Amino acid sequence: MSADLIASILGIAIFAGTSLTYATIGEAITERSGILNLGVEGMMIMGAVTGFAAAFHSGSLTIGVLVAMAVGALMALLHAFVTITLRADQIVSGLALTLAGTGLASFIGERLGPNNGPLVGLQGPRFREVAIPGLSSLPVVGEALFTKDLVVYSMYLFIPLVSFYIYRTSPGQQLRAMGESPATVEAMGIPVLRYRYIYTMVGGALAGLGGAHLSLAYTPGWSENLTGGRGWIAVALVIFASWRPARALIGALLFGGVNAIQFRLQASGTTISPNLLNMAPYIMTIVVLVLVSSASSLRSRLGAPAALGIPYAREERT
Amino acid sequence: MRTGRLSALLLALLLALAACGGDTATTTVAGTDDTQAPTDTVATDDITKVAFVYVAPIGDLGWTYSHEQGRLAVEALDGVETTFIENVEEGPDAERVIREFAQAGNDIIITTSFGYMDPTLAVAGEFPDIQFVHISGFKNAPNMSNVFGRMYQPRYLTGMIAGAQTESNIIGYVAAFPIPEVIRGINAFTLGVQAVNPDAEVRVVWTNTWFGPPEEKEAAEALLDAGADVIAQHQDTTEPQKAAADRGGYSIGYNTDSRSFVGDSLLSAPIWNWANKYVPIVEEVRAGTYDGDESFWGGLETGLVDLASYGPSVTQDTIDLVEAKKAEMIAGEFDPFCGPIVDQAGTEQVAAGACMEDGDMLGMFFFVQGVIGEIPEE
Repeated sequence: MSADLIASILGIAIFAGTSLTYATIGEAITERSGILNLGVEGMMIMGAVTGFAAAFHSGSLTIGVLVAMAVGALMALLHAFVTITLRADQIVSGLALTLAGTGLASFIGERLGPNNGPLVGLQGPRFREVAIPGLSSLPVVGEALFTKDLVVYSMYLFIPLVSFYIYRTSPGQQLRAMGESPATVEAMGIPVLRYRYIYTMVGGALAGLGGAHLSLAYTPGWSENLTGGRGWIAVALVIFASWRPARALIGALLFGGVNAIQFRLQASGTTISPNLLNMAPYIMTIVVLVLVSSASSLRSRLGAPAALGIPYAREERT
Repeated sequence: MRTGRLSALLLALLLALAACGGDTATTTVAGTDDTQAPTDTVATDDITKVAFVYVAPIGDLGWTYSHEQGRLAVEALDGVETTFIENVEEGPDAERVIREFAQAGNDIIITTSFGYMDPTLAVAGEFPDIQFVHISGFKNAPNMSNVFGRMYQPRYLTGMIAGAQTESNIIGYVAAFPIPEVIRGINAFTLGVQAVNPDAEVRVVWTNTWFGPPEEKEAAEALLDAGADVIAQHQDTTEPQKAAADRGGYSIGYNTDSRSFVGDSLLSAPIWNWANKYVPIVEEVRAGTYDGDESFWGGLETGLVDLASYGPSVTQDTIDLVEAKKAEMIAGEFDPFCGPIVDQAGTEQVAAGACMEDGDMLGMFFFVQGVIGEIPEE
């Protein structure tokens, strides 16, 4: 493969992987705090439909993105209430959130258009590519990395910032600790439940933002099945990424790029089985799992928060 | 903890109910005289109830939308009541929905996806007095007909349009699944391309989805990157057309005329006009003349399949050529699968002067010369 082809595939992978990156990092943050939220797909698709509807009616992409993030956060708030306050089963609640989000997105997609009509097929505002002067003319990777939309550029800034927050700040340390041993963090005088609420909502907002990138930039407009299971891929990528933001980007690029590669091979008349190529990212996930977990404790080697999915209540402190 | 699990289940139930809001049945009653006397037990017998089962939402602008247009035409008939359910999964769910429609006293039940074939057959056996119509399958019963259209005919015509339009001589084709229906469409399209432009080739990319907005867009972009300047599709979203428009290319749509959504980069599209079959079926059933186990595969002459409007960049010469070919097909003087037809390997599949039998067309599993790409192995 020539350098140009690799650069072009990298560019497409970044564009395709942006929604996945946001959703994956969001879920990683939520899980770091000890809450498993399987509602990512539902929050993403609701973010996609409401973000597009808001941008369509207001004419403002900023409003679209903010609405999508707010809707994602509100759905996550519901999950937080049910699992943190009511201490309900996190898996059941997350699945319900995905089911409800998918159905509700179809339902309101038929009604949020002009005159309470459908949104499907409408053209609204969309993020356009903005070339960054200087950087975009770098050899080979310049165009691939720096002729993108603002949501992609925000991702470039967001990843180091969130990594810094998690690993280098004291609230970040508390975040990591409350997923491992909430009782210890509570003993330090930190209100674990309140922070779990916040981090669950942050995860929802990021899933909503991922959905908005689909409906406002990647495949502009609303149609059913717009997310096409990307929320589930994000949940899987959290494990692939070992709950680390930078690795989430790598995973999202692999998943985002694989279709770009296999469709291009098909278009050039190459004879590699597309089924085989479709399997590639899943095989890579397994390889990563094997590499990072030799034998002993899979969970701790992967970096899974020890208290993930376990409801926490102050009275049960040991 | 017990209460926790219980409340989660309650929430799940609640949310599931909310989710179901999206695909509940909608009943529309046609006819205007709602001032009928309450003692109309006899009068209700005159009302024909027609139910439709859809695989996707009616707002998909594609396959299900085209059937919905047919239903609206049926509903406009006097003394006809219609009902539909959208988003019905193929399989056991479908059988349950079809049986409920049968028990609800419908006179005609129309099931509009290939995967509804066996469920329809099963329910048809239990309700001999109801007429079932299944779309795109091949099984019949005394009270179950199978109906489909020769979509390959307008696809050939759109191939002519694409072949005349292309400058790069590379035409992209975003295809759903490697099954005979799709392969037949690609071949007919390619034969149409080659009839006007023997130098042009058709490149196929399989997406393995009928309705996948991101995949369809990505596949179309890959074809555009490979040099294609016209994108055709056998997919149910408008994403390939939008991708072509974004890159300054042209597109051939599918299912319905999507010009108002895509714009004038749309050259034309092979489309369905289900009203042209659904209205006669309902009228014949009411008159007692419908052939309840017919196998109907209608071409351009029936109006069930047709061409969408022409884009402004299609030249008058091309339009004249296409209209002449269309007239020949309607008159039965020409069919795309009349020989000589040569496959990719150069083997003659249909000899000059011969025409392919319907059975062979329905099982078609080779690409004609001019198609670049492979039919994936099972």
